[in-house]
Amino acid sequence: MLIFHSPYSQETAFAQQSPEEMQAEIQKWNHWIGGIAAQGKMVGTEALLPVGRIVSKGGQLITDGPYTEGKEIVGGYAIVSADSLDEAAQLGHGCPILDGAGLLEIRPIMKFD
Amino acid sequence: MTPPSEPKQLVDHLFRHEAGRLASVLTRILGFDRLELAEDIVQDAMLQALHSWPFQGVPDNPSAWLYRVAKHKALDVVRRENLFRHISHELMADYRSGSAESLVDQYFSEDEINDSQLRMLFACCSPVIALESQITVCLKILCGLSVKEIAGAFLTVPDTIEKRLYRAKEKIRAEGPRLEVPTGLQLSVRLTTVLRSLYLLFNEGYNSLHPDQLIRQDLCAEAMRLCVLLTENPRTAAPIVSALLALMCFQAARFDARTDEAGAIVLLPDQDRSRWNRELIQKGRLYLDRSAEGDRLSTYHIEAGIAMLHCTAPSYADTEWPTVLHYYDLLLAQTPSPVVALHRAVALAEVSGPLAALLEVSMLSGLDTNHYYHAILGDLYVRNAQPEPARQHYRRAWQLTPSSAERELLTRKLNDCNLED
Repeated sequence: MLIFHSPYSQETAFAQQSPEEMQAEIQKWNHWIGGIAAQGKMVGTEALLPVGRIVSKGGQLITDGPYTEGKEIVGGYAIVSADSLDEAAQLGHGCPILDGAGLLEIRPIMKFD
Repeated sequence: MTPPSEPKQLVDHLFRHEAGRLASVLTRILGFDRLELAEDIVQDAMLQALHSWPFQGVPDNPSAWLYRVAKHKALDVVRRENLFRHISHELMADYRSGSAESLVDQYFSEDEINDSQLRMLFACCSPVIALESQITVCLKILCGLSVKEIAGAFLTVPDTIEKRLYRAKEKIRAEGPRLEVPTGLQLSVRLTTVLRSLYLLFNEGYNSLHPDQLIRQDLCAEAMRLCVLLTENPRTAAPIVSALLALMCFQAARFDARTDEAGAIVLLPDQDRSRWNRELIQKGRLYLDRSAEGDRLSTYHIEAGIAMLHCTAPSYADTEWPTVLHYYDLLLAQTPSPVVALHRAVALAEVSGPLAALLEVSMLSGLDTNHYYHAILGDLYVRNAQPEPARQHYRRAWQLTPSSAERELLTRKLNDCNLED
């Protein structure tokens, strides 16, 4: 799984983009995702809206979220089919999240056989 | 959901143009005083697209998707604020007989969208605000440019644009606009203002020496797009509008040939005419034909005529210079100005030689700080075999111009002068 992390400032910056810039951003993501899908290695991918809820303290505390301490937010994920962590990292090349100050977290999905 | 391996490509500037269309429709539904809300809804719809299209696939009809999302958000506002009466009065429909949804739907037909844009164009080009502000407002609301993009285009800072927009919108609001296309005598008067604004916008793109070619082409393209809008509606399709559009087509046709690969300026006599856009020239001729109606010969007609003579000439030498000169005579009669006289002198030089032109130009006043004046004088003196005064004027032009591209051109001319000595 490739998890997209970006600083909050980037998320809010997106909201301020001009129509032209937003279209360019969409094309960038299309290009990256399409590239992986063309190799038959895209299992699934979604964007997450920057709103929601955090439940903590054994379920006692519910706050509006996702306001993590690190001032970073998970923007979405992509599940890809790869034979190794290295290959997954290769597929992560060109991910638009890396254009700004974002980062890509690459984790293998546990398989219980 | 697995996204497609070949995602649908979006048409160039789709979002930008749809933003303009949507802002116009929504403002019509919600009222001009809710303009910012309308723009917010548009922004939200596009943000939603950004979050879903790459992951769920670009919809078959991207525009329709955006309209649907915007429509729903607008409906929420209509219901929440009980704007039924406002809309139904607008549409002159009996709101009891239609649901809010079907009323709002009516605004999203192709014809109504174009109509909304026209109304917005007239509202933006309101005579109560300066021409410069009219253009800024048009670019923001109708052309979907952001404050940052507009600031970039005019080589200024976003803060300046924000202030200008704010003041302009306040003034327009104070007039109590009803977002309508003027009729009768008012139409002719208001149309004059709109056309002047579009002409200015086009010139910003065409004549500006902004370092970014793409931005300048964008400005020209937007001016043309709005002008086309006027020609496509029978109420506003006056011959003068076709004349302006013809002029824009002819000028835009030469865009690519005006600079070389290194970005250096290439003047008309030296342009590679094969790089001129034939299609645009053809379009220009069609619009020029359409403009040949009625009894009003506007400056746009004359300028378009001159532009056409250049665009259809096989070379600079083979241009019909006597006719060009005649058109400049007509133009001068309509708009007597030293700048027009200056350009006329260039044509005169082609017809009667550089000395005749020099004599005419020497009688002009008020142009001493105009770098074109000195550049043209330089050229005329060179042709009249007088390199020393030529050099003086080229140097003066060099001092006066703010553009590095023009300085480079003038330096080349100075070097050529020196070589001939």
